[in-house]
Amino acid sequence: MRRVRAIFVKELREYGRNRSLVAAMALYPLIFTVQPLIAIFVAPSATAASLIGHHELTFMLGIPILVPAALAAFAVAGERQQETLEPVLETPIKREEFLLGKALAVFLPSLVIAYFVFTLFIAVVELFAKPGIAPALTGTDDVIVQVLFTPLLAAWSIWVGIAVSTRSNDVRVAQQLSVLSSLPLILVTIMFSFNIIQPSFELVVLLGALLLVADVIGWRLIAPLFDREKLISGPH
Amino acid sequence: MTSQSPPTSTDNRGPAISADKLTKRFGDRAAFEDVSFEIGYGEVFGFLGPNGAGKTTTVRTLGTLLTPSSGSASVAGLPLTPANGVDIRRRIAIMPESPGLYQRLSVLENLQCFADLYEIPDARSRIQAVLAAVGLTDRANDRSGVLSKGLRQRVALARALLSDPEILFLDEPTSGLDPAAARDVHELIGQLRERGVTIFLTTHRLDEAEKLCDRVAILNTTLLSIGRPEDLRDQLFAKSLRVVTLAPLTDPAPVFGKIASVTRWNEEAPSTYVLVVQRLTRRGTGRHPRPCGCRCRRGLDR
Repeated sequence: MRRVRAIFVKELREYGRNRSLVAAMALYPLIFTVQPLIAIFVAPSATAASLIGHHELTFMLGIPILVPAALAAFAVAGERQQETLEPVLETPIKREEFLLGKALAVFLPSLVIAYFVFTLFIAVVELFAKPGIAPALTGTDDVIVQVLFTPLLAAWSIWVGIAVSTRSNDVRVAQQLSVLSSLPLILVTIMFSFNIIQPSFELVVLLGALLLVADVIGWRLIAPLFDREKLISGPH
Repeated sequence: MTSQSPPTSTDNRGPAISADKLTKRFGDRAAFEDVSFEIGYGEVFGFLGPNGAGKTTTVRTLGTLLTPSSGSASVAGLPLTPANGVDIRRRIAIMPESPGLYQRLSVLENLQCFADLYEIPDARSRIQAVLAAVGLTDRANDRSGVLSKGLRQRVALARALLSDPEILFLDEPTSGLDPAAARDVHELIGQLRERGVTIFLTTHRLDEAEKLCDRVAILNTTLLSIGRPEDLRDQLFAKSLRVVTLAPLTDPAPVFGKIASVTRWNEEAPSTYVLVVQRLTRRGTGRHPRPCGCRCRRGLDR
């Protein structure tokens, strides 16, 4: 566990001091909160009834999709760009430990950001939206979906981001590809948000189970990519 | 290819490193092939060759980063197999050509990370010890990105020393350094040598190998030669010297045979002899024995 912790701590320190990553972590939540907040604040109380049965908040599931995608893209491409990959791989660390340290360093900050922004959003709506809007918008179901789907979506985004990162020499290219690969999931959350897909309990459970299976398969698929020779030889 | 046994004792642990017909291919291209040698514990072994000769790939293969295509090897007493990868990496350290430091982290944070990766007990005192060894105690809190290349190379050496490795691989440790920084690195390597650390040093500079190594292997995809640096210099840079005498020598043997550095000679023309000289020294061929009464025209580098 000490080796996993070493990678985890090192990654967090690097993220915190990397301005472009900090900017990405701040920008994506803003994209998913500013426009909805403006729409909510200008909405008159009379529109509250029309919000019932809608699932506007699923829009915010884009945060745990995009934030980890941007961070995970840095995982291997960042090391490769700094020429730090070889020294790490020359230590006794096992590939699963290396991957776990990398994944946790993306997963935990992504979760903290997603939950924090969601909580802040709810708080702002409760405090400042016109009467009737907040109860219509923040149903218990939406909160549960947000809480449960955030880690599932984040995990999937991490595997996609890391997979892209192992095949890239350039962090910016890796980030663009990683975010691009996450767009289909964003599309699904938007379709729920705009009621294009009507969520039922069964559908939500099915999607959750599918994501869980996909996350486990993702780990199995990504672990072999952390083979030393593959990482050193790079994407060529 | 010449081959010599390691000059230092392999004792009952066996050789520190042995390779037997080791080969690494990437597709159709051989990075190195059919490489065989043995290195004893405490030996400083130089791996000399031009860029692209396969030196770094050899280090990466012996360091378990790459899997050999064929042949066998043992490192620190363990057969070079994927199953032994973690154990081998516990016993060795590699300083790559590029220092590979996390530039946003301080020197101390870099070393802390690697102390944890090696699971070093009492990491704090070990870090202080290696920082002192490379003379960077006062730069511990500096961000790695602001250090000069020479200082970054020292940090990389400190990182390689953290785990107190049995075998230290140094891949072109002075590449890109100015003469003063290179001299510092040479001094550090000299100190490690005095402490009995087994060192595998790759370089493309013969003078560096001569200065630091007990033995040197010359690699250019295949291993061309192994020997003491001075012997290899003589082999590589043997010279011939054309000597013209005032009169033909009836028997050149007593004349040229007295010169220690002259290994053979032949009569090119009447009164003209070509001497093959192993090393031009003042004591050897710089001044000629009086009996021949010759005058040198020129020396020819072969």
